[in-house]
Amino acid sequence: MSSVIQVRGLTKNFGQQFTAVNDLSFSVHKGDVYGFLGQNGAGKSTTIRMLLSLIEPTAGEIEIFGLPLAANRSAIMQKVGAVIEKPAMYEYLTAYQNLKIFSALSGVSKSKTQLLQELDVVGLATRAQDNVGTFSQGMKQRLAIAMAMVNDPELILLDEPTNGLDPQGIADIRNLILQLSREQGKTVLVSSHLLSEIEQVATRLIIIDKGCKLVEGDSKELFDTSKTVVAIQTLDNKQATELLLQSSWAKQVLVNRSKDKEIFMQLDEKYLPNLHKNLVEMGIGVLSVKPMHSLEDYFLQITSTQKYV
Amino acid sequence: MYSLVQVELYKIFKRPRTYIAFGAVAALIGIIQFGLKLDGKSYLDFMLNDLSSSLEIDGKILNGYLVCYVMLQLLLVHVPLLIALIAADMISGEANMGTLRLLLIKPYSRTTLLLAKFIAATIYTLLLLVWLAILALFGSMLLFGTDDMFLLKTSYVVLLKESDVFWRYIGAFGFAALAMTTVASLGFFLSVFAENSIGPIVATMSVIVFFTILSTLNIPIFNLIKPYLFTTHMIGWKEFFDIKVNDSNEAIIGSIQNPEKIIKAAVVLFVHTIGFFVATVLVFRKKDILS
Repeated sequence: MSSVIQVRGLTKNFGQQFTAVNDLSFSVHKGDVYGFLGQNGAGKSTTIRMLLSLIEPTAGEIEIFGLPLAANRSAIMQKVGAVIEKPAMYEYLTAYQNLKIFSALSGVSKSKTQLLQELDVVGLATRAQDNVGTFSQGMKQRLAIAMAMVNDPELILLDEPTNGLDPQGIADIRNLILQLSREQGKTVLVSSHLLSEIEQVATRLIIIDKGCKLVEGDSKELFDTSKTVVAIQTLDNKQATELLLQSSWAKQVLVNRSKDKEIFMQLDEKYLPNLHKNLVEMGIGVLSVKPMHSLEDYFLQITSTQKYV
Repeated sequence: MYSLVQVELYKIFKRPRTYIAFGAVAALIGIIQFGLKLDGKSYLDFMLNDLSSSLEIDGKILNGYLVCYVMLQLLLVHVPLLIALIAADMISGEANMGTLRLLLIKPYSRTTLLLAKFIAATIYTLLLLVWLAILALFGSMLLFGTDDMFLLKTSYVVLLKESDVFWRYIGAFGFAALAMTTVASLGFFLSVFAENSIGPIVATMSVIVFFTILSTLNIPIFNLIKPYLFTTHMIGWKEFFDIKVNDSNEAIIGSIQNPEKIIKAAVVLFVHTIGFFVATVLVFRKKDILS
């Protein structure tokens, strides 16, 4: 499957002290709704801003549509639309005027009728001539999405698009993402700090924490209710992880970071006794093997700051 | 580029703040014209107090040309603040609204975007000066009529024939446009560093006030740097109203006493403008957009 986004070893340091994104690699395939999951401050927005060339990476490579971003920025951006964090627009202008401006900036010539139709798609046709300053957060978010879509992009990046929205607004955004993907074949990268939100729309997902990748994979597999996430504590986690990655259990290992106190694996519960037996056979000193209920439990546990040494 | 400049101008002229400058200029000019129309004689008597015993003046001294000159002397000191209101907001204002990130994900380079914004800020500056010229020059010509222009300088007087004045104003306004573009480029440059408008606007004015003080201080040590300060040259427009005289001490119509001074001042202002813009591009191209 062709990659729309290919990221390798992406790193961003702010000054000497703070690493926002650390050696991050992932790929987004054509037609994916790619969930970008992590707690606040995990590095999601910094990564998205690097994908949009708003922030210069300290190290690493970004390819979008098979082209290196740094050398092909303008060509790539013609096919990209984005909503970055809270919706931003000219509050002294009307919804129609805002859309008209961003249509012109995208190099797209659209008639008034076409622009009004696009406002209609996001439910703002009746407020087209009202100043954006009078809009609620949800209306602004919907206008931001219309502005991101004005150039009919192939790739859409949505950074926390449901922030500040009421349940109806969240449902509307979710439906819109699904519609963009299923009916229009768009590739969507959507970030969130809520697993439940991503779970409902993503075909693939990545979980990041403190700028590092924890898990990347197919949503169906990761959210497979027949499988459970297991947290394993051993006497030497580093050595245990190395042994597991060399064994037939490698595919079940979710996270392999030496700094974690536990090793996380995802597997069918019926294989747990077998796993336990194999661990002992490999000479791993097992302290505990703890099944967790869902990926959400795992997400909360793995991204909890107390978990780190 | 054309559509980018169009969009920038559209945004500038849709903002209520833009019209503060046009309103302020109109109000100030209106007040001065009103005052001079009602009590211009007292103003002239005060101005010519020392000369009345030694000089016999015939004709209409308080005419549109003199009134415009008086207003330019007063206003061109304050117009930079009105320019800064817009120019220093061009980038910082977008950062504050969060729209800067939207502009920067469009298929244009950062340099192209900056150039479009700078052209728009320059057009705004020029329009403000055109507005100033319409009200101060043409308005005064209508209200006070025209005649020869009598100017009282620090140590001499200048008398310009009526037919020899208008082109000087065109030159003076052209020069003022260059000076104000330099102010706009300074505001634009400072705008890159902030994420709200107030800081760059205050900083622009602070730099102008600071440099103006240095430019006017008669302390020898500062004489070394004065020729390089753009503020020293911002009053270069006045040179258009100094006329050459021949050996018989008669004014040479159509002449300027010191055109080299105007050219030098224009070059210094132009170099500053380009310098500020290039510095803006260099800083902005490397800037991480976190707003």
